Amino acid sequence: MFTTPTLDYNLLAPILIVLGGALLGVLVEGFWGKAQRANVQLVVALLTIAASLGWIIKIHNAPQSQSAAIDSVSIDQGGLFLQGTILVLSFLALLFFSQNDHFAPQASALPGSDEEATALRSGIQMTEIYPLTLFAISGMLLFPVAHDLVTLFVALEVLSIPLYIITGLARRRRLLSQEAALKYFLLGAYSSAFFLFGAAFIYGYDGSLSLGDLRTAVNTPGTNHIFLLIGILFVSVGLLFKVGAVPFHSWTPDVYQGAPTPVTGFMAACTKVAAFGAMFRIFIIGFGPLQNEWRPVFIAVAILTMVGGAIAVVVQTDIKRALAFSSITHAGFLLTAVIALSKASYTAMLFYLVAYGVATIGAFGIVTLVRDGSGEVNDINRWAGLAKKSPGIATAFAVFLMSFGGIPLTAGFVAKFGLFTAAYATGNTALLVVGVLSSAVALFFYLRIVLIMFFKEPTDDTVTVEQPGALVTAGVLVCFLATIAIGVYPNLLYVLADKMTNLVS
Amino acid sequence: MNFLLATIILPIVGALAVAVIPREQTRAIKLVALGSSIITLIGSLLILTKYKFGTSGLQLVESYKWVKAFNVNFAIGIDGLALVLILLTTVLVPIVIIGGWNESENGRWSVKTFYVLLLILEVFMVGVFAATDIFVFYIIFEVMLIPVYFLIGGYGRGDRAAAALKFLLYSLFGGLLMLAAIIGLFVVGLKQNIGSFDLTTLSHLQISHGVQNWLFLGFFIAFAIKAPLFPFHTWLPTAARSATPGTSILVLGVMDKVGTYGMIRFCLNLFPDASKTFAPYIITLALISIIYGAFLAIGQKEITSLIAFTSISHFGFIILGIFAMTSQGLTGATFYMVNHGFSTAALFLVGGWMMERRKSETISDFGGLQRITPVMAWMFFIAGMSTLALPGLSSFVSEFLVLVGTFTRYPLAAIIGTTGIVLAALYVLLLVQRALHGPLQPGNEETPDLNIREKVAIAPVVVALVFLGFYPKPVLHVVTPATNQVMTQVSVSDPTPMAGK
Repeated sequence: MFTTPTLDYNLLAPILIVLGGALLGVLVEGFWGKAQRANVQLVVALLTIAASLGWIIKIHNAPQSQSAAIDSVSIDQGGLFLQGTILVLSFLALLFFSQNDHFAPQASALPGSDEEATALRSGIQMTEIYPLTLFAISGMLLFPVAHDLVTLFVALEVLSIPLYIITGLARRRRLLSQEAALKYFLLGAYSSAFFLFGAAFIYGYDGSLSLGDLRTAVNTPGTNHIFLLIGILFVSVGLLFKVGAVPFHSWTPDVYQGAPTPVTGFMAACTKVAAFGAMFRIFIIGFGPLQNEWRPVFIAVAILTMVGGAIAVVVQTDIKRALAFSSITHAGFLLTAVIALSKASYTAMLFYLVAYGVATIGAFGIVTLVRDGSGEVNDINRWAGLAKKSPGIATAFAVFLMSFGGIPLTAGFVAKFGLFTAAYATGNTALLVVGVLSSAVALFFYLRIVLIMFFKEPTDDTVTVEQPGALVTAGVLVCFLATIAIGVYPNLLYVLADKMTNLVS
Repeated sequence: MNFLLATIILPIVGALAVAVIPREQTRAIKLVALGSSIITLIGSLLILTKYKFGTSGLQLVESYKWVKAFNVNFAIGIDGLALVLILLTTVLVPIVIIGGWNESENGRWSVKTFYVLLLILEVFMVGVFAATDIFVFYIIFEVMLIPVYFLIGGYGRGDRAAAALKFLLYSLFGGLLMLAAIIGLFVVGLKQNIGSFDLTTLSHLQISHGVQNWLFLGFFIAFAIKAPLFPFHTWLPTAARSATPGTSILVLGVMDKVGTYGMIRFCLNLFPDASKTFAPYIITLALISIIYGAFLAIGQKEITSLIAFTSISHFGFIILGIFAMTSQGLTGATFYMVNHGFSTAALFLVGGWMMERRKSETISDFGGLQRITPVMAWMFFIAGMSTLALPGLSSFVSEFLVLVGTFTRYPLAAIIGTTGIVLAALYVLLLVQRALHGPLQPGNEETPDLNIREKVAIAPVVVALVFLGFYPKPVLHVVTPATNQVMTQVSVSDPTPMAGK
């Protein structure tokens, strides 16, 4: 018996708008004259995101647990909050894309080939990065609201594949960039395979792909859970890979380093939001009743991630790699929310994702500005005395680092406080203690950068801070102000996050 | 009008005023900063007109909603303990500005930045003693490190960046342990349906003994790093060597008091049982601090690090007094905090002027100053005498109270602590002898004596030391109700004195 699927276009519109914008971007890439193409692409992308965000604001009071596309997508308020966060962060990240000189003029030309030299000389600039980014965003929007395993997998691929490509688009150090893209692709393919394998086991367990059916099956007394547990294991590997948790983190530093810096900022912030949103939802809906079985493993992973990231960050000398390890530590902190699996921890996680995302995009945005004659300067030691050259930029970077470190009066502090409180409230003393200690270790690194920027004499005159364009300035400024404002007066955001934590069950 | 709130806000206004002055007009900047700190001082003195003396409990209370999600209020209020420390702060800041009039000149950044940082620091220093909400206390406790970090790293001497980093890392590490304990405490409250950070509310919590011990340690280690107590003290000499004298006065004189203040306010008040459990160990550490600090002070060659080690010894006395848990001990410890603030200020002020004139920190370079610069030498001498607690100066009263208070409960500890006094005489007299007496060292012949500005700065400090030495009652009168309340909360009473024959 085949029933026509009913689609609730009102609720799906945010995703559809972004997909439409992406297709429009493809057309622009094909038909618009090259003189103005980059600007047009940027405008299209920004408008698309703004329109999608506007729609989300319009429907943010929608009743929860809607089966928007039969049983495959269910939009609830937590999902809308996550989608909104992804869109806001993407918008900010795209502002940094406006400096076109980050991207390869012609991605298809081999590094070092004649073709590439010709492209460089003739000033060609392909702008396929914009539609690709929009495709990735559409996947990210779908991921945290998907309600069955196949949709989850599709969303995961839609968000991942464009990311693999745009990782390889760096203009300078192209070999490094392409190597990163290949690594990311290969490891990502493995992890997708794990995810799919796990999904198959879960299907074998309850004979359905829907998370709702899974919940019913788990709660049926007397069921043998062994296949579900195997399924959880493999699905978790796929998800933990995406968030960059130890021991599935090894791609993170290479990819963060190799990707064009604006892309790194986008990826670091938005992928985490989407992946943690999806993860929390899968776990609370489907795997929640078996908490006692998987919790010890997750606690171990969280502890490894927090400690591993914090220790590795201390010895880094490349700013992008360092921020990569710092993002691993944050993934560890965020995992405590999944482990606690309570309403309070969900609120805390949503808040944390915003705080972390804003600071991450701002920090990578500033990395794009510090340069010498041949491009960005990523060696931390060459940032010496940056505060003397441009005190504003150095101060903003310091504030982002303080927020990562969880210093009071920045967004990161309230976020961390909420997260650790929620974790400890469910009895996880070990997570609280390890979390606090690894914060202390990571702080050492953050403070070292502050020290280098503020207290070291400039040794390298070739390093300059690029005069940022209006869009880039706006991006840094918004991130900076948001970090401070959320830190000083967290009420609005926290209340909003708390209100939006109605979950489907 | 709540003068307490005004005292917190006035330096912010001052900092903003300084911030809008063009950076070239250094004189105007200094005058505005000084003016604002004096107005703040007046504001804090006006608190006394509203304060009800002789009563315990918090006064001038005010509370505003802040973070609703965790029920955090921006709540302030003071008792005798907080009042004397706030007054110490507001008195010392103008003195530091006058005494260190030129120390902002040779920094990495402008004079303006220096005074903005200094005034912001004053806001936090007053705020931290006034906060009655633990969350707010924690935030200020952490954030106040940042201006100090930049004051040391930007305007200090020698390897200032490393010293600033070491200071910050130690303090932040302690702060994070305290954060874990605060989260723990909050969750304990949540489980008893008291989701609050209000100090008074939390002091009524029933906390099981095991949990209490852990939470106590979280708070205590943070405060022990701040205070600093052996073995958490190693950041202090480095910081004191690198900071400007004015910054050192504020760090050692006021900021470190947050540690000892916190021990009374948080450790004793919130975790009375754990405090009793750990008291013997802490007293042992305090004794080690007293003796060890004194011995190291004897061996120092530089004025700044010598003062730092004497402070470690003195913080040992304060902590000894606190954890003896007798009313004399607690009152003495609180009074000691005030006196240590003044005598450290005197030492660093005069020591700073000596170093500024001689361009050297080595004690032996200063020989024979007594004859060339009699006023400066006498002031240094008085500061030294206050450090060794000479009877007639205020530090004698507090040291005596601490030892008497300790003796009634821990006679042996009091006896060992007394050797600290003997050692203090040794390091101070050696310092005085090497720096002021003896043959004139070459290079000192032309050293000018104190000028009017410097005399104005040192005069109130010396007056306070002498006045409170002969008549300590004003301070003790304010402090006693607060310490009695702590005694009640911890539910200890003074041991009956042994009958003498």
